[in-house]
Parts: sequence; structure tokens; C-alpha cells
Amino acid sequence: MTIVLNNVTKRVGAVTHIKPTTLTLRPGHFNVLLGETGAGKTSLIKMMAGLDPVAEGSVTIDGQDVTHVSPQKRNISLVHQFFVNYPHMTVFDNIASPLRVAGMAKSEIADRVADAARILQLTPMLNRRPQELSGGQQQRTALARAIAKESRAVFLDEPLANLDYKLREELRDQLPELFAGRGAVVVYATSEPEEALLLGGQTALMQDGQVAQFGPTAEIYRNPASLTAAEVFSDPPINSARVIKQGTVVRLDNGVSWGVSGVAAALADGEYTVAVRPNYVLPVRSERATVPLRGRVAVTELSGSESSAHFTMGDINWVSLSHGTHPYEVGEEHDFYLDPSHCFYFGADGKLAA
Amino acid sequence: MKTVNQKAWFFVLPVLLLVAFNALIPMMTVVNYSVQETFGDNLFFWEGLGWFEQILRSERFHAALGRQFLFTGLILLIEVPLGIIIALSMPKKGFWVPVCLVLMALPMLIPWNVVGAMWNIFTLPDIGLLGYFMNHTLGIDYDMTQNPLAAWITIITMDVWHWTSLVVLLCYAGLVSIPDAYYQAARIDGASNWAVFRYIQLPKMKQVLTIAILLRFMDSFNIYTEPFVLTGGGPGNSTTLLSIDLVKIALGQFDLGPAAAMSLIYFAITLLVSWVFYTLMTKDDT
Repeated sequence: MTIVLNNVTKRVGAVTHIKPTTLTLRPGHFNVLLGETGAGKTSLIKMMAGLDPVAEGSVTIDGQDVTHVSPQKRNISLVHQFFVNYPHMTVFDNIASPLRVAGMAKSEIADRVADAARILQLTPMLNRRPQELSGGQQQRTALARAIAKESRAVFLDEPLANLDYKLREELRDQLPELFAGRGAVVVYATSEPEEALLLGGQTALMQDGQVAQFGPTAEIYRNPASLTAAEVFSDPPINSARVIKQGTVVRLDNGVSWGVSGVAAALADGEYTVAVRPNYVLPVRSERATVPLRGRVAVTELSGSESSAHFTMGDINWVSLSHGTHPYEVGEEHDFYLDPSHCFYFGADGKLAA
Repeated sequence: MKTVNQKAWFFVLPVLLLVAFNALIPMMTVVNYSVQETFGDNLFFWEGLGWFEQILRSERFHAALGRQFLFTGLILLIEVPLGIIIALSMPKKGFWVPVCLVLMALPMLIPWNVVGAMWNIFTLPDIGLLGYFMNHTLGIDYDMTQNPLAAWITIITMDVWHWTSLVVLLCYAGLVSIPDAYYQAARIDGASNWAVFRYIQLPKMKQVLTIAILLRFMDSFNIYTEPFVLTGGGPGNSTTLLSIDLVKIALGQFDLGPAAAMSLIYFAITLLVSWVFYTLMTKDDT
């Protein structure tokens, strides 16, 4: 069971929303669509679900061309960012509704609903109505409907985005096991890089209606193929700047330089873009973070056990992310240390050079 | 200890005065008339509940009440489903939305007596557009000044033309408040168009529809101006609705006592039906 997108394109009027995209999505793991709002994740899902027309190309589910098949006949499920349930039906009826439409026997419906409700801990709420439930329970009802349907593809469009922090973590931990062993292709759209890493599987990085890179999540996190891919897969945003390489030394515009070795050293001399994740720009010198960058602290943030500082070095605005809490003063001059072994170098075409 | 704030009365006072002057005091004068008999010269005699008894036993009142329920029932049966159908078929976005909304609102903007006069002229057999067309082109005998059935068809059509828009606009407001996600979820579930209407659109429209039916019930049950201008209650008494009959008694015959008693009974019926309907419709929301 696979979903194959073959050069699919979406247009609204004269505007192209999705540029020709080819993807093969398989069951057995999460297929994450990662990108900012407006990158085309929802558009892609809607085309796979049959809710939006495909301008060009084809969508195949399980070898069957479904490009022009209505969503009713695709045997799929969709869980929205908003909690979509039939408001005047009980939780039981909500979960059962697609099964009833399919004309399933009463006893089997009862079994499947009970099963889905048990997995999602909704058994005590089966007789309540959606508005009597919390947001988390409402979304679990929507998930239960998708599970009970046992469709061949499940689309989860930022399903946790409207939940509070605690519930989001809880439900995110449960998600992979919910769909494990069901044989359905699971597609999960999110705008948070961290979520993609936690869910694992395969990730398609999306920007401007295009897939920048697709592959095993950890793999593309470690080796972004392009500057775009590196930018999409980084939160806080990845630090980048122009460097001039000469021999075994690269130099930033503000004069800071460091030595390079290995593949990077073998590059032709000239102009490159260096990119380094914020967690390799640290506020204290360490064994590997050795290149001092003197900057002026502009914004500081504390999130959980991590501190981040946005700092400026002339025209360059970078971010440092470190464990623990660091007492930065806004406006102070501070030395940050770059770990040169975790720098990516991109050529003028935006492709990874080293 | 609870603090008692007597100053709060000053905030309630303006509303009390307003309600007293525009509702309570006029109504109490009606109550006053309804239990007395007068022969002019400002002489009044105590009559007790006599007028009420007389009205409730009167065949004339029964007939007018029957016509009133028939009229209200018919226009509700036509306007509510028709309004829902029009609202469902209106565009949800784009250039045509404001055009449709303005066209829908137009009939409601016309003064009621003008509506009556318009339809009167429109249906006159020899000079009215519709009347002439029916009689002289189609050869159908259609004259609402002679034929009770024609008169009924005309007042019903007029009311449907005038007021269906209200149901449409209220339903439309309910419909556009439904997020696309619901329709998408229903399509993915495999729901039919009927199921989408029954399980998504109708529940979402329920509240506005309750208001629409309530407003149309009260307005049509108390209707006076349009049928008065259109048919004057005729031919004969065939379109003499309750309010037309009431005005005949009060101003035509100057029987203040019976007219006052009839007003109160009329009011009580409107109130009772509205209350029962509203209670039933909002029962399972709590």
C-alpha cells in the first residue's frame, strides 16, 4: 500500500500553489510534511485526499489512479487542525458515522468503535457530545474516527497545533503506536521541526509549494541537501552568512575566520554560504566550539531548559541556543563560540557543497 | 454579610419607565375597556368577563381565527422550506454574494402599505400586469376582488414574495458560519448531500431557523396592512384575518369593550404559541 504523487501541480487561477511534485509515501512509518505556514503542506494533503483538483500529474493509491476519484471513494481519513466532529452527535455516533455510511453491520460497528475508544481513552465519554469534551478529547474523537474507519491512508493536518503544550506532548507520544501495524499510509503535516524529529519516519521538507528534500528524517536533518532544506529543518532558524574560502581558511565578511579540513578544504576557492545550527553556536568556549564570535545581544529567550540569544555582528544576525539558563543582558557585547565541525557550506546554486 | 446597594434601583428605573409607557400602560387601558361597557359621554358600566365570553362563543371570531391560522400555517409551510432551499443555493463567496444579498433584501425594504398597493394594481384583471396576463392572455378567470380562492392565492403569494427573504438571510448567515473543514470531513466520511444537510447544515441552522420561524409566526399572525390594502378582507369575509376583524369591531362599529377583549385574547394566543414553540425548539440545547 503506497501513495504515489507523479508530477502533481496545483493552480488557483494563474497562481501555481504546488509546483510539479513527485513523492512516494509508504506505510509502516510516519510520512511527515514539514514546512512553514503557506509552504503547501495542506494543499498537498488536499490533493491526495481528493478535496482539491489536481491541475497536472497523477495521484496513485495502491496502484490505482485516483487523480479524478472523489474523496468519498478513496477510502481515506483526515484529521484537521481544528476539532471537526458532528456537534449534535454523541462521541459514539461520531466515531461510527463513516462505518454507518459504509453500511457495516451493527455488531461490527460496535466492536470497532469500542476498540478505537479504548485505544484513545474515550470509553467513559462515548455518550457525551463534542461540546461537552475538552479540546484534547475532541481531537481524540476525530482520531478515533480515523482509526475505526481502517482506511488505507490517514492524513493528519497539524492535528496537535490547537492543543496546549502538555496535551500535545502526550498525544504526540501516542500517535506512532496508534497507527503502528495498521498498514495505512500515515501522512502528518507540521510546521515544527522538533515534531518531525520526534515522529521519525520519513520527512518531506516543503517550501514555496515544492519539496526541497525527502528522505529518512534523521538523515535529512544531518545532511540537508540545500540551504532551503537546512532553513526549513531548523528551529530557531539556522544561522547563515557569506564566507570567502581561500586555501584551508574561510572568512566571514566581518573578518572572523577559521580553518577547514576534509571535504570542505577540498572545495574550490571562492564564495560560499556557511550555515550552522544555533545549537553549535554556544555562549562558552568548549572543546569543539572554538571560534570566537563577538556580537551584541539583541533578543534573549528562555524556553524550558534552553536559552537562546539573538546577536548581531555588523550586518549578520545569528542565534545561539544552549542548554541551561544564561544571564544575557540585552545590548551587551558577548563572545559566542562557533563549532566549525558542524558547519555546512552551500554553493552559489544553494546546493550543499560540503 | 451581604451589602445592599439601593442605588442599583436607579439603573433599573429608566427601563421600568420605558416599558411602563410603551407597553404596560397602553395594555392596562385595553384591560380597562375589556371589562366595561360604554354608551359614549364617557359613561362606563362594569361588565365583568362578559365580553370575553361573548368573543369566545362568537362564530365570527372562530371564523377569523381559523382563517388566521390557515394563513400563518400556509405561509410558514411555503416560506421556511423555500427560504432554506434559496439559502443553500446562494453562492458562499465571490462577486455574486453582495448582488444576491441586495436582491434578497429589496422586498423587505418596501413599506408594507406600498406592498399591498403594488400587488393590488399588479393583479387587477384589466390593467394589472399579472391580472391582464392571466385573464386575457392565458384565459384563466383570475379576479381576487370576486373570487375568494384567487384572493387567498394572492395574499399568500404576496407574503411569500415579501418575507421569504428574511428566512433566506437568517439561514444564509447560519450556513456561512460553517467552516469548510466540516464539509471536507463529511466528504471523506463518504456522506451523501442529504447527510451533509441533515447532520451538518441543519443543526448549524437550527438556532437561526428557530428565530426565523418565530419572527414569521408573530409577524404573519399579526398581519394587517398588506391584506387590508390588497383585499380589504374581501371578497365577502373570505380574507378577513383576525387583525382586520378587530379593527372593524373597534373602529368600524366602535364596540370598544368587545374589541378590547378580543385584543387580549389575540395577544394571549400569539404569546402562547410563540412560547410553546420556542420552548420546544430550545429544549435539548441545555
